[in-house]
Amino acid sequence: MIKRDNAFVAWIDRRLPISNAFEKHMSQYYAPKNLNAWYFFGVLSLLVLVNQIITGIWLTMNYVPSAEEAFRSVEYIMRDVELGWLLRYMHSTGASAFFVVVYLHMFRGILYGSYQKPRELIWLFGMAIYLLLMAEAFMGYVLPWGQMSYWGAQVIINLFGAIPVIGPDLTQWIRGDFLISGITLNRFFALHVVALPLIIVALVVAHILALHEVGSNNPDGIDIKKHVDDQGRPKDGIPFYPYFLPVHDLVGIVVFLIVFSIVLFFFPEGGGYFLEAPNFEEANPLKTPEHIAPVWYFGAFYAILRAVTFDVGPINSTLGGVIAMGAAIAVLFVLPWLDRSPVRSWRYKGWMSKVAIVLFAISFAILTWLGGEAQTPALTILSQVCMAIYFAFFLLMPFYTKYEKCKPVPERIPSK
Amino acid sequence: MTQDGVNTGRRRFLVVATSAMGAVAAAGVAVPFVRSWNPSEKAKAIGAPVRINVANVAEGELVTGQWRGKPIFIVKRKAEMMAALSQDDLKARLKDANSEVVSQQPEWAANDARARDGSDLSVLIGICTHLGCSPQFVPEVGPQDYDRNWVGGYFCPCHGSRFDLSGRVFNGSPAATNLEVPPYYIEDNVLTVGVEGPEA
Repeated sequence: MIKRDNAFVAWIDRRLPISNAFEKHMSQYYAPKNLNAWYFFGVLSLLVLVNQIITGIWLTMNYVPSAEEAFRSVEYIMRDVELGWLLRYMHSTGASAFFVVVYLHMFRGILYGSYQKPRELIWLFGMAIYLLLMAEAFMGYVLPWGQMSYWGAQVIINLFGAIPVIGPDLTQWIRGDFLISGITLNRFFALHVVALPLIIVALVVAHILALHEVGSNNPDGIDIKKHVDDQGRPKDGIPFYPYFLPVHDLVGIVVFLIVFSIVLFFFPEGGGYFLEAPNFEEANPLKTPEHIAPVWYFGAFYAILRAVTFDVGPINSTLGGVIAMGAAIAVLFVLPWLDRSPVRSWRYKGWMSKVAIVLFAISFAILTWLGGEAQTPALTILSQVCMAIYFAFFLLMPFYTKYEKCKPVPERIPSK
Repeated sequence: MTQDGVNTGRRRFLVVATSAMGAVAAAGVAVPFVRSWNPSEKAKAIGAPVRINVANVAEGELVTGQWRGKPIFIVKRKAEMMAALSQDDLKARLKDANSEVVSQQPEWAANDARARDGSDLSVLIGICTHLGCSPQFVPEVGPQDYDRNWVGGYFCPCHGSRFDLSGRVFNGSPAATNLEVPPYYIEDNVLTVGVEGPEA
């Protein structure tokens, strides 16, 4: 690809080490040869990030961030701007696609113990990206200034109001008004379009640099750097370029784009899960929609928030719900220190870990679904049960990973 | 402390002192960025009391007013609704049946009707005390999906909080406190929300 003996490349190399960078991160970066389909989702997240940034820039060319004009300008993009509907749907479908690939990417990390030593920092950067991504998605959803934008923002901002003492002043500071208004909309626009994307991109760079320092994990959780050839290259690794990118990953990208296009062109509202029906009605501060639900990717945490309908000692149910929701996200950050297993991959962990991971995945899926459902007593109990499983998965992990019997991990990646 | 002519103690002091001053400067620079997020003068100006004519409010129906951008629920309750509010089996199901949380109503509204002089005209801020959605007015008595023994009141669609016709929250709701009663007074069938009485 890049030839050091090319005069132009050599000229650059003396001023900026592009050949070294290309070798370090691409042609001499050895990734394990047994990476499977779960490993597509990292590259796909990057692809969706690029889609969001480019379509986002184009949307700002016609969007007007004010309470009076926002809703109309989105309709203008949808109806009057040439192919504006396509750009907007690419952005809104992209948001949901982002969470699909990021959730699968994170679950891959849980399955194969990718967060374990020495990859804790990669996991932490990844979690920071995930947290900012949620903030980014939330603020983006406010911008069209529909009913769901408004009432969703009302609920999320009021979460901070549950904090004792400073809560009410804090929410007023976030809103910049006594209620959610155009003032709130304008600052969310600034954060959504400028501030958060900058930080997210910086964190993605840190995430990848940290990954390339220690190398990729793999489905067997085997450290490929333990067995190297006489030139120091891992025997079980193959160069990232050209074998993974573009050749291997191109398959995943094409499959992903086919699915993405089907949704984009045939189900752009995702059956009401990507763009909710009440959001096609302009924001009305006096009327909450009959059924208010978050976008699907917040469903699990929203369900946990609602599951706390009881007071715990001096903590009332409102604050309790907010704490539970915050804890559900925070506990993910400390995952690398909860797992005491001597092995990484669930392929070699004991039966308790396997059962725990399956139960966790099921409860997370149910919670995600519950977040979009109207609350009934039976569903409240179901959400409380799932919340208990969710937290048990993490909080009991130090015990079941320590005392269970693991299978021996082979020295080299087994060939099938 | 000195070696090779370098005074390390002084060096450390200078580094710490410079860093501390830098931190103070950074905090100072942050002030305008933080304070610019507070409500602007324009936002503050839109907080004046509002007047609403309540002469034609029909019994058992909800009229929604607006004060500081928030919905104000005005309901003239029927006699049987008023009678139900003081019943012990209802009050046993409420978190704060006697309006003991002082922040949620003016002193004079700490009664079963949660209204001035125990009046049948209820004035409430129509914002759920849980996370700020606007509850629905469901006055009919009868089983609902969310409550088999529904006695009429307000139901919040966001997180399922339930309130009675005085805005008192039911046990088992995510909301912890009763709906807020705003400061108000009524004179000649005109309701004024935002102040406790006619200004001198």
